[in-house]
Amino acid sequence: MEPIDTSLIDWSRAQFALTAMYHWVFVPLTLGLGLIMCLMETVYVRTGKEFWKTATQFWMKLFGINFAMGVATGIILEFEFGTNWSNYSWFVGDIFGAPLAVEGIVAFFLEATFIALMFFGWEKLGRKTHLLSTWMTVLGATFSAWWILVANSWMQYPVGMEFNPETVRSEMVSFAAVALSPVAVTKFLHTVTSSWVLGAVFVVGVSAWYLLRGRHTDFAHASIRVAAIFGLIASLLTAATGHQSGVDIARHQPMKLAAAEGLYEGGQGVGLVGLGILKPGIDWSNPSEDPFLWKLEIPCGLSILATNSPEGYVPGIKNILEGGYVGEDGLPELSAEKKMEMGGRAIEALAASQAGKNEQAVRILRENFPYFGYGYLKSPAELVPPVVPTFYSFRVMVILGGYFIALFAGLLLVGKRIGRWKPVLLAVLLSIPLAYLASEAGWIVAEVGRQPWAIQGLLPNCAAVSKLSACSVQTTFWIFSALFTTLLLAELCIMVRAISDGPDKESA
Amino acid sequence: MNDAFFQEYWWFLVSLLGALFVFLMFVQGGQTLVWALGRTEQQRRMLLLATGRKWEITFTTLVTFGGAFFASFPLFYSTSFGGAYWVWMLILLCFVIQAVSYEFQMKRSNVLGTGVYRSFLLLNGVLGPLLVGTAVGTLFFGAEFIIDKQAIVLPGEPPVISRWATPWHGLEAVLDIRNVLLGLAVLMLSRCLAHLYFLNRIEDVEVRSRSLRLLPWEIVLFLVFFLSFIGFWVTADGYVVGQGGSIAVEPMRHLHDLLAMPEVLVMLVFGVLLVLTGLLMPLLKGGCRSGIWSAGLGTVLTVLALLLSIGWHGGVYYPSLADPPSSLTLSNSCSSEYTLKVMSAVSLLIPFVLAYIIWAWRALEKSPIQLSEVDQSH
Repeated sequence: MEPIDTSLIDWSRAQFALTAMYHWVFVPLTLGLGLIMCLMETVYVRTGKEFWKTATQFWMKLFGINFAMGVATGIILEFEFGTNWSNYSWFVGDIFGAPLAVEGIVAFFLEATFIALMFFGWEKLGRKTHLLSTWMTVLGATFSAWWILVANSWMQYPVGMEFNPETVRSEMVSFAAVALSPVAVTKFLHTVTSSWVLGAVFVVGVSAWYLLRGRHTDFAHASIRVAAIFGLIASLLTAATGHQSGVDIARHQPMKLAAAEGLYEGGQGVGLVGLGILKPGIDWSNPSEDPFLWKLEIPCGLSILATNSPEGYVPGIKNILEGGYVGEDGLPELSAEKKMEMGGRAIEALAASQAGKNEQAVRILRENFPYFGYGYLKSPAELVPPVVPTFYSFRVMVILGGYFIALFAGLLLVGKRIGRWKPVLLAVLLSIPLAYLASEAGWIVAEVGRQPWAIQGLLPNCAAVSKLSACSVQTTFWIFSALFTTLLLAELCIMVRAISDGPDKESA
Repeated sequence: MNDAFFQEYWWFLVSLLGALFVFLMFVQGGQTLVWALGRTEQQRRMLLLATGRKWEITFTTLVTFGGAFFASFPLFYSTSFGGAYWVWMLILLCFVIQAVSYEFQMKRSNVLGTGVYRSFLLLNGVLGPLLVGTAVGTLFFGAEFIIDKQAIVLPGEPPVISRWATPWHGLEAVLDIRNVLLGLAVLMLSRCLAHLYFLNRIEDVEVRSRSLRLLPWEIVLFLVFFLSFIGFWVTADGYVVGQGGSIAVEPMRHLHDLLAMPEVLVMLVFGVLLVLTGLLMPLLKGGCRSGIWSAGLGTVLTVLALLLSIGWHGGVYYPSLADPPSSLTLSNSCSSEYTLKVMSAVSLLIPFVLAYIIWAWRALEKSPIQLSEVDQSH
């Protein structure tokens, strides 16, 4: 089979990564700040205190600035499945399209309708109706996250489907299995709770800036209190769902876990690398030396994370490529070469079934279909994702997750005394970019760690991409880079100005 | 209810979303009129406030239209979007710049300045309807694609099912005047609807009188482009699907399809009449405010009828000029029956969605927008 131009695949991946990462700069703040805003407005409606209305309107103004960019960057993502991954769109459109359509019908309209009421309705609606609009807007955004994460989880753990040789595509056989997949549930909970953390860090960070400047101190203390309680709960939930996410990855994407840990040779009672430095230039499909320059390990930590047992077996990259260990289903795992051979057989059988009605070909196809995607690969080495970014991103995400728990707990403990400690306030302010870093790092682990697959085990990127010239995709990549960077800069300047103006009524 | 029912039902829903989107592009039309109708900064802000309360619904309808097309007719999605790359990318860029412009234009420290964001809105207002109309024109007159499902298994071939036959990746659509006529008709319709919307929403004597002066010219241009498109379309050759999926060319195929579906023909005629009624109402009744409702309903019915006429009745809704057997019909491009059934159940929520949208609009638009409101706006 003639390989598709690898530079086309790389540029298509780069463009999708670029747009997704830009989109994810804005979405978590929408989810997190949105909920904080809802809580404050609820307090306003219950107590009738104007203070809380002013606070709500201030955070709502920042929400609006951020929301516009989320919308702008989001539209590209949906259509990129068609423009840049057209083969993917056909191969799994029967399954993948459904959550996107449901997202549009159920979530987007809810969000788009009520956001207009939320922004323009302060003087036109009753208090309770306005509060309902605010909650509906945030609920719409959260529903939207649910459906897009269902779609994403399905790519990581394809369930509820069968391959149809007549139509040459995978078809949905159970919507419930797709929509309520355990991986989707965990992913949704982890992603949304981590977005709440980001929202809370944003609020405490901005409030810390006011305290540093000695402005709006009552507002800042009240905001810190609400956000710290909310953030502490959210960060503990993020840790719990993160653990479950680790268990899911160990079960369904062991190569991703191995890459995230820099684990070449696995075993029982494997330690978790808390901190480590990888040797540069290592060939991870066959390293000739210990890949670590230095590491600090938690004994049996990875076994506990992956299997909930200190003696649990965790395969490394070598074990996954060579096979032979006992998998989740209790059977010996096949080697990568064997899977590639079976994938090739599945593709040949599909060709034979297309040439004419051939029951035997269909039977062979069905037997080998779980490894269909492996048939497009040229060597087992292609199965190893980029280890370095996956490894470091995982550490960044986990360490910062722990830091945020400590931050919120500390803020609650010290209360208003924090106003006296300027270095601490500065550290709280500087936590804002760290929250974004953690959030993006999480997605790098999730997406870079599952390469080379567009759909785990079934369709590698090389068989998912559109037939375009690499030059076309390169051009749109730079257009989007320039446009999004400019707009991000504009958004930051507007946001900083709005924060600088403060929560006075006129500016709200 | 069999497979064909669900295919036609989903073609109806996708067509309805497309029709609603064309109606809601009055927002884009309004963006192109800001300078023509608003001579003072206050008036321009008032006009942008009026469209600014609606842009997100237009945007959301476009996104939902894309999602629904993906879910129900994935082969169209993969073929058209992956092939006509440049046209769709340009359309998306137009909408990206719109999304930020409403929020950012009046904000201090917005880096680019109010003028640039308003230029973005103008660009979106002109290119959005024009490009969308031109791209949709290829549904009526064909596009340069080839589909080969065997490519996924053929040795020596890249494993990509659909590909584009020209290196222009969709830009060649503008070389067909018939596509461009549809694009221009959509652009002029969006401007006409915007006039009606402003007449309904804006309480400013100067703006209203300027709008009434411009509207007749816009109507004439719209009719010239729209009727030319209709003339080309009903007299054009069309593809007929024969036994075993073979494709044959039939003169005036589209006219025959319309005559074979009298309910769609009636909807088309009724829709056009409603559009004309709505457009003429303010001219005949001295600035009457309710033209938008008649023209809006008429737009939805007209576009819906046009799209139904190409998809229903077993017809080819996306003709391939490069390889006629690759042409798309509902049955060869749709999702599985199971998926269509599941999504049909979800689609039962649509009346509920429409209900809360109407409630929200009514709550927000109790009275027309006045100059005094501009200063209080978000």
